[in-house]
Amino acid sequence: MGAYVLRRLAYGVGVVLGVLFLLFVLFFAVTEPEDIARKALGDKAPPEAIAVWLENHGYDRPLWPWQDFEENLLFDHYRRMLTFDFGLSDADDSPIVDRIRAGAGPSLTLTVPLLVLGLLTAIPLSLVVAFFRETYIDRMGVFLCVLAMSVSTLLYIIGGQYVIGKLLRWYPISGFDADPMMLPRFLALPILIGILSGVGGDVRFYRTVFLEESSRDFVRTARAKGASEPRIMARHVLRNAMIPILTRVVTAIPFLFMGSLLLEAFFGIPGLGSMTFDAIQSNDFATLRTMVYVGALLFILGQVATDISYGFVDPRVRVE
Amino acid sequence: MSAVLEVRDLRTAFPSSGGPVPVVDGVSFDLNRGEVLALVGESGSGKSMTALSAMRLVPKPGRVVSGSVRLDGTELLDLPVTEMRRVRGARMAMIFQEPMTCLNPVVRVGEQVIEAIQLHEDVSKAEARARTRELFVEVGIPDPEARLDAFPHQLSGGLKQRVMIAMALSTRPEILIADEPTTALDVTVQAQILALLRDLQRDRDAAILLITHDLGIVNELADRVAVMYAGRLVEVAERRALLSDPRHPYTQGLLRSIPALARPGEALPEIPGVVPSPDQWPAGCRFATRCPKRIDRCDTDFPEETAPAEGRRVWCHVHDGEGA
Amino acid sequence: MMGIEAYVWSNAMTGLLLVGMLWAARVVRGNRLWREAASELWRRRRLAILVVGLYLGIGVADSIAWVGGIPEDAVGVLPNAPLSIIDRLFLDTREASYSAPLASVEFYGGKPLRHPGSHLLGTDILGRDVLYMVFKGARVALLIGGLTSLIAIPLALFFGVSAGYFGGRVDDVVFFLISTLAAIPGLLLLIALIMVMGRSTVSVCIALAVTGWVGFCRLSRAETLKLRELDYVQAARALGVSEARIIFRHILPNLAHLIVITFVLTFSGLVLSEATLSWLGIGVDGSWGQMIDGARDELSRSPIVWWNIGAAGTALFGLILAVNAVGDAIRDVLDPRTMRGSE
Repeated sequence: MGAYVLRRLAYGVGVVLGVLFLLFVLFFAVTEPEDIARKALGDKAPPEAIAVWLENHGYDRPLWPWQDFEENLLFDHYRRMLTFDFGLSDADDSPIVDRIRAGAGPSLTLTVPLLVLGLLTAIPLSLVVAFFRETYIDRMGVFLCVLAMSVSTLLYIIGGQYVIGKLLRWYPISGFDADPMMLPRFLALPILIGILSGVGGDVRFYRTVFLEESSRDFVRTARAKGASEPRIMARHVLRNAMIPILTRVVTAIPFLFMGSLLLEAFFGIPGLGSMTFDAIQSNDFATLRTMVYVGALLFILGQVATDISYGFVDPRVRVE
Repeated sequence: MSAVLEVRDLRTAFPSSGGPVPVVDGVSFDLNRGEVLALVGESGSGKSMTALSAMRLVPKPGRVVSGSVRLDGTELLDLPVTEMRRVRGARMAMIFQEPMTCLNPVVRVGEQVIEAIQLHEDVSKAEARARTRELFVEVGIPDPEARLDAFPHQLSGGLKQRVMIAMALSTRPEILIADEPTTALDVTVQAQILALLRDLQRDRDAAILLITHDLGIVNELADRVAVMYAGRLVEVAERRALLSDPRHPYTQGLLRSIPALARPGEALPEIPGVVPSPDQWPAGCRFATRCPKRIDRCDTDFPEETAPAEGRRVWCHVHDGEGA
Repeated sequence: MMGIEAYVWSNAMTGLLLVGMLWAARVVRGNRLWREAASELWRRRRLAILVVGLYLGIGVADSIAWVGGIPEDAVGVLPNAPLSIIDRLFLDTREASYSAPLASVEFYGGKPLRHPGSHLLGTDILGRDVLYMVFKGARVALLIGGLTSLIAIPLALFFGVSAGYFGGRVDDVVFFLISTLAAIPGLLLLIALIMVMGRSTVSVCIALAVTGWVGFCRLSRAETLKLRELDYVQAARALGVSEARIIFRHILPNLAHLIVITFVLTFSGLVLSEATLSWLGIGVDGSWGQMIDGARDELSRSPIVWWNIGAAGTALFGLILAVNAVGDAIRDVLDPRTMRGSE
């Protein structure tokens, strides 16, 4: 299995190189560095100021290798991204790496509890619904899920903020305090709303997984042995269902660092999601570029992690 | 011989937009202690459903509509579910056609047999494991100790089926139902499994309900044979009698179409037409549309059960030896 | 109201759409399997289909526009502007500012309205009738779901079928392309594309298409791989039938049910994505998402202004729910494998 993982990693590296190329074309070939400079400094900025700005940000060279093999943006782009030399933000000249370091923590305080609590909510619910398959509990459950999935996340956030924050006044509408005593109060609302907006889709997915495993032949064998339905659910169905469920969870883990764009911006949490949001608002291409790159890296990491996790969960994959 | 399983007028149906569709339509037979009864028919005849109905394992949305299934006098269809679970696996066991998919892929095979034992008997894990090892020896699994900890995907089809048989017999049931146990296996492995079943049956004096479409298997294993067509029985007889002197035209057609019995150079006779689906069942005999011996009465009246000889039952207006 | 030349485009597209729907209806009626599927679908989801039809009707009504026929004293309208059916229904209904549903006076201040009692869902901060804005949003939503899929599905089919059918190098290239695109977080790529391409409806649709086609590409590739091994396809190849003919006569028709399922099921996701984009400020003008984003702060006013966001939110929810319901039923009807395993 080690060889397989290595191969996947190698392919992943290839994909990273491809992603970087795509990013380069998107961000540099379509928008001239000079336009970016003008956006940052203002249209009326004198040419000298623009030249200085371009030099500071490393944009003062031609785009393609055939224009100048020694100094061109393409090679620069690759070299810097691959060495994690992210440079300065286009908007406020701050070092991007520092901002990433600062933002990762707050993002994690939001996304990790969200993932864990989301799982703890969705899996038992879907087990119940799947257990009562074909009864009105199941049908009602599916209907509620489709209903919940059809509401835009925006509405969940706005509605949630209004009802829970303003009407019921259970939690503050937004804000963030790094003090561990105060933190839960500020995170409660975004986490609650995050779970609510996702539970519909999650339960539907897990229910499908449970139902598929329930209809397998070995379940019939277990019944023929005289096992009870709860036992079948717990010992046979659940263990097999863990494989696709684990895939989903492990794939999501790397993205925990990126935070949630919507939740952080709406609730004023200073994480990486907020940072991305600010980058969009201020046309900060450098930061946006970096975040997309980091996201792609994390995705590939997630794929490899999923492959490895298979080896632990599915004996068919393990090499003896 | 006394009957360990008595099935009377069993009916099982599936709901559909046009009303309930019967797949088992009034089947009655006895399974005697220590005998092998083969239930024969084409796919779609209802033979598997009959077995599943007896075990009360009919998949939803189907259900057993009426009839009686008595195991040693106890009416199974009336039992509460918790009681039925004590019957399943302990007194009545079943093995299925596809050993590939019938075992849980993430649990070791030894574990799965131990589960079968511990579900019904109050024994320790160590004891159950010891018994499982003995069972593995009995069913002919080589290197049984190592195999206890194997996962299903590490075993061949034949070995998996042996594990299934071991699992089924682990609680010494009175009845073993085998639903096409060798259909998915290689020919050579088939012969081994059949031999195994024959030996086990003799040693334990268990009753086996063998479901199959293969008359060759019937010849090897069965003591008595029941032939099903379109949800009902058409002929029941002792094996030698049925194979040498079939009374129902359907059975006659089946036997004629066995390649091994055909004369070389001649075209292989086949039964023309196809099995009618439940919504096409005629009012009279369901085989009428394909029957070479059909008379007018066959289209309108369903044939009653007749007993042309000792131990034989036929459902036909025209069977040999009797007139219309 | 639309730009001066755009309305001709829009009329033509709407005409094409109607013609396309009639053709599809003919095809379905002529094929037994599809006909049975359609009547089964109608049996199961009558209400949802009618709701979708309603939205579709409103969207079409807003897509047919022409110049002229405007009364002289109409407020806020250029005499030569093309107006759609919906525009004309709500001509000259402007107020000064907020008014509650069916009110006769302004919300703040109490001055009498120009058209008291005629605003079913009230008016927004600029005095525009909310029902009018909701109706106009229908067209935008349908465009986003429809145009995007119109771009994405053929794109996905082209790459997916090629990869699945020809295999080898073609497959390697396509697979690498898919992996690269799939590695980029969807929302971020979407944002990046729109920031670079601009905010028009078409560029948003293109951006959504580029970020969304990968899923269906994988699906059609997998399905093509299976179809290629079928006996009659192998026979056709052995007989020397041209590859193009095989693809169009044997492969593509067998993908039709997947196309329908994918189209309907991704529709709602696309509309919801646009809502998020609107909130980020890079969505399409006139969409419900934009209405919601613009009306966010109204909930914290006192007295509270609820009808703007309520109407847009309900309209959005209604369409998404109906499409999801229909989509689920379509998947069950067209793809029996997902029906729960009974023997």
